[in-house]
Amino acid sequence: MERKWFAGTPKLWVRVPVPIPFCTGCNHGTAGKLICEVIDEMGIEGKAILVVGVGCYTVISMLVNIDSVMVAHGRPCDAASGMKRILGEEAVIITLQGDGDALAIGTEATVHAAARGEKITTIMLNNGNYGTTGGQLGPTTIMGQVTTTSPQGRNESHGYPIPAGELIGSLKGVAYSARGAFTSPVNYQRTKRYLKAAIQKQMDNVGYSFVEILSACPSNWHLSARDSIKFIEEKIIPEFPLGELKNVDSIA
Amino acid sequence: MGERFLVQGNQAVGWGALDADCEGFFGYPITPQNEIIEWFAREFPKRGKAFLQSASETGAINMLHGAAATGVRVMTSTSGPGWSLMQEGMANLCNAELPCVIVDVQRGWNTTRHAQTDYTSVTQGGGFGGYKTIVLAPASVQEIYELVQLAFYLADKYLTPVLVVSDAILGQMMEAVELKRLDFGPAPEKDWAIRGKASHPDGNRRASSIAKGMLPTAQYPNLLSFWRAYNDKVRQMEENEVRYEVHHLDDAQLVLVAFGYVARVSQEALRRTRAKGLRVGLIRPVTLWPFPSQVIRGKAAQGAKFLVVEDSLGQMIADVRLAVEGRAEVHLVSSLDRHLPVEEGAIYPEKVVEKIEELF
Repeated sequence: MERKWFAGTPKLWVRVPVPIPFCTGCNHGTAGKLICEVIDEMGIEGKAILVVGVGCYTVISMLVNIDSVMVAHGRPCDAASGMKRILGEEAVIITLQGDGDALAIGTEATVHAAARGEKITTIMLNNGNYGTTGGQLGPTTIMGQVTTTSPQGRNESHGYPIPAGELIGSLKGVAYSARGAFTSPVNYQRTKRYLKAAIQKQMDNVGYSFVEILSACPSNWHLSARDSIKFIEEKIIPEFPLGELKNVDSIA
Repeated sequence: MGERFLVQGNQAVGWGALDADCEGFFGYPITPQNEIIEWFAREFPKRGKAFLQSASETGAINMLHGAAATGVRVMTSTSGPGWSLMQEGMANLCNAELPCVIVDVQRGWNTTRHAQTDYTSVTQGGGFGGYKTIVLAPASVQEIYELVQLAFYLADKYLTPVLVVSDAILGQMMEAVELKRLDFGPAPEKDWAIRGKASHPDGNRRASSIAKGMLPTAQYPNLLSFWRAYNDKVRQMEENEVRYEVHHLDDAQLVLVAFGYVARVSQEALRRTRAKGLRVGLIRPVTLWPFPSQVIRGKAAQGAKFLVVEDSLGQMIADVRLAVEGRAEVHLVSSLDRHLPVEEGAIYPEKVVEKIEELF
């Protein structure tokens, strides 16, 4: 039943003659679909620009039929800030990043863009590990979670996971922060509302907006697609609860 | 003649950028180039242009990346340690083929004072991938002002970042500058600029990538098609963009090779030794890359000796040795010949004169 909800190709999805390299059960394709639908429904196809870092999701930038820029690992918020300062309100700039990209190598870029109140929107796909490189420990890996660089499970020696949405939401320059997931049709629709609200904050010139999305990575979690969803529901959501974390109409 | 006024070398960067219609500056403070970022903070916002201070040089080069992708003229500036942090960004700007300008006001290793110790990293490409960037080396405040304008033109012409490399002495000194907007002719259209699909006359999306050739595009259907095109571009820059200045070269038996502030010092040494009847000449590379190898090779073939004068432990000397192809003696006056052993020390004409006289 649930698969039916996610079926169908959105209008802005680019058809390519090669297979799209997402693993079975990966949520990145769903993220691509969400981005396409939101941009289409908000009528911003002509002025939306997707800025991506480096991860499995990078390929989404090639598959959404809008202008896009692929930049260095960790640096979409820097590049997006540079673009927005030049283009101003004529552009809606959305960064698409992973948790390693936005909150490990790119922490400086993300946190400072948020602190400056840059009128940009970040989508951070949180799958708790470095999927592209084979599943290493990431900044959002939960305690006890086994990765290739935490083979005994994450423990005190690795330190503790970073609650991205809360951290970003604590900064004054941030207009909106929320955490969503794709674990059910209801959560998909909620996440869609979050993303629309976040982009609207940018268009209303309020400040920085951030949407974290819990994302399944079955191949590196060594779980089936179904068990990955269960893992998010039972283990990750208790650590990183879903919902709006900040929503203000003015940051002055 | 245009208006002449006293300008500090670092501030001349700003006036040059203004006359090149630069629209945005992104930077991080570092000595000895702080007057550049401060100039832009003061002068750009009131003209409706973008100024943004980053949280590091890594941030600055990536803000530059995004801004350059919109197709307007943008720049940053830094010095040695910050330049090191920009290397990944340089490699990505070259791969993405985005035009922009970077000014490096060199300092000595980790001191905050002058030196020419970034030569190798600016000319060889300090980052990954094996890229090349045009490197312009001014020797006066007037030339800083003019070469910044040229840098923007060359960046647009070749779709590449272009470097302007000065040093703490050139950056901190004041000289009279005549302001004149230079006209290099029309620059190519920026049909590739990322400004949102509605801005493109054909209505089709544009994509900019740091992984050209990885995913097939109409422009580069595979990896080698990009590498081949990039290689062709590097060869074109080598062929077309070599710039240098010569003094008393025709009858010279000993040729000084020097750039930046040391070229000024070498010119004085040349004047003093010519007065003594020594047949000394000077080649001053204005482009450190592409390097003026041909003129050096020509003099080597005529039997001249070379004396490289540079304020490092010897970096440009490698390019001079390559140019002479073993046909000429190549000697060096380096940082070890500074007049003082502390960071205030500099290469003075006396030392250069001494070495010239030794070689005759």
